[in-house]
Amino acid sequence: MSVLLEVKDLTAHYGDFQALFGVDLALKQRETLAIIGANGAGKTTLMRAITGIARVTAGTVTLDGGRIDQLNAPDILRAGISMVPEGRRLFPSLSVEENLLIGAHARKGSGFWNKGRVCELFPVLSERRHQPSTSLSGGQQQMVAIGRALMSNPSVLLCDELSLGLAPVVIREIYAAFPTIRESGTAIIVVEQDIGQALQVADTVHCMMEGRITLSGRPDELSREAIHDAYFGITHS
Amino acid sequence: MIWLDTLIQGLLLGGLYALFAAGLSLVFGIMRLVNLAHGDLIVLGAYLILGIGTALGLNPFVAALIALPLMFLLGWLLQTVLLNRVLGDDILPPLLVTFGLSVVIQNALLEQFTADSRRLPVGPIEAKSLAFGSVSVGVMPLITFASAILVILCLNWIFYRTAIGRAFRATSDDSVTAQLMGIRPRRVFALATGIALVVATIAALYLGARANFDPSIGPARLLYAFEAVIIGGLGSLWGTLIGGLIIGVAQAFGAALKLEWQILAGHVAFVLILLVRPRGLFPRAHD
Ligand SMILES: Nc1ncnc2c1ncn2[C@@H]1O[C@H](COP(=O)(O)OP(=O)(O)OP(=O)(O)O)[C@@H](O)[C@H]1O
Ligand SMILES: [Mg+2]
Repeated sequence: MSVLLEVKDLTAHYGDFQALFGVDLALKQRETLAIIGANGAGKTTLMRAITGIARVTAGTVTLDGGRIDQLNAPDILRAGISMVPEGRRLFPSLSVEENLLIGAHARKGSGFWNKGRVCELFPVLSERRHQPSTSLSGGQQQMVAIGRALMSNPSVLLCDELSLGLAPVVIREIYAAFPTIRESGTAIIVVEQDIGQALQVADTVHCMMEGRITLSGRPDELSREAIHDAYFGITHS
Repeated sequence: MIWLDTLIQGLLLGGLYALFAAGLSLVFGIMRLVNLAHGDLIVLGAYLILGIGTALGLNPFVAALIALPLMFLLGWLLQTVLLNRVLGDDILPPLLVTFGLSVVIQNALLEQFTADSRRLPVGPIEAKSLAFGSVSVGVMPLITFASAILVILCLNWIFYRTAIGRAFRATSDDSVTAQLMGIRPRRVFALATGIALVVATIAALYLGARANFDPSIGPARLLYAFEAVIIGGLGSLWGTLIGGLIIGVAQAFGAALKLEWQILAGHVAFVLILLVRPRGLFPRAHD
């Protein structure tokens, strides 16, 4: 299948601090890709660079063959990349329903995802739609964040640490939505510290360490040991 | 009965103050920007209405209708060309720039229109009043008050019931995440300042119809507006209305006791309320 999103030799800085060192990545149509790595590996920075929130200092990002690395965040969203940001970041002055609707702010025309479809995916949201988003549990807030990101009908959905701070049963509930999201035609990148979850959901796994991708492969090709080593930076001599 | 009369005059005056304050409140609520030139922009609006009215031979009410879109455009440009460049984590640059703008507007008006007092000639309606029992109420103050309520209702409707209002609130909550939704914060801000200047123009119409104005009176209007916004609670539009009414009523009672106390009484009420409620009467839950 053809490559949808391609990241080439990507570098990003926070001031003088270099957070990404020549990252390469390719996401195919309808593929789900997982990025795992320890704290501070640069996973969030990579997501922020792709979505235009962190400035790209070198390298390229192309979506469907078109360069997007010099676009600003609102234009990248319009190009078709949507993100569930780390820590969910719902808008506290907006109700649950309004948080979903704001996700469709830039949408033109129709697509698979709308408020009704999101509420079918996460039925609890329709019961809570008039409540302030701050009144929901962590898991429910994560559902709103996912729904909000889907409302723009993205061709690529980025999810940064969905499992952060959630109980295992809630994490399973959230990942149970993934088959439907994939069927809608969206390609997905998940960033996870929960390695087991990442291996389960992904077609391809990349392991990041200190701003570089150190290991890549299909979940069934990668041994636990290889992942463990890439994750913790152990090299066998 | 004299007290009832004073109360009513105070409320009606407060309506005007609420109009001064509504634009300030809107802009602060959305972009945390304190526009120190707001009072001068109101005065500018009054001169614009006067100029249009004189040039085209129109009643100020009609002239104001022409001034409204012009002032919206001015607000849009002001935000796009100037204020968006200085907005950031540091609150000092916008304060300095709007202070400078205030000085520039005052001097430009002085240059153009001299320091003479002017007034908007609204015609016979100015002297009309209605009698409610023993209390007589001027028609113009009544229209001013009704306009204030209407303006606050409209702003609330925009803020809480429309897609653009949703974008206003989202941007105010978290402008980075708002960009992830495809919102362009600078455009949102430009729209907000445009709307604020539309409200300022409405305030200008009633200001100029009610009393004399000259290029120097802006900062005093800003002060009342500012007090109204703070009493009401930063970011709350209904709070701003209540704040304006409180200042107006306090001034009316101050004046009833002793004419020189009018302005002082307003400031005293402001300080007293802040002592009891440091965050104002209706503070936002999350700030
Ligand atoms: N705003 C910032 N300013 C300066 N340095 C930053 C900033 N954000 C992240 N960093 C640094 O960049 C590096 C990568 O951080 P990043 O947040 O991308 O890691 P991460 O893999 O997402 O970690 P985690 O799993 O904890 O979320 C870290 O060393 C971090 O300290
Ligand atoms: Mg992270």
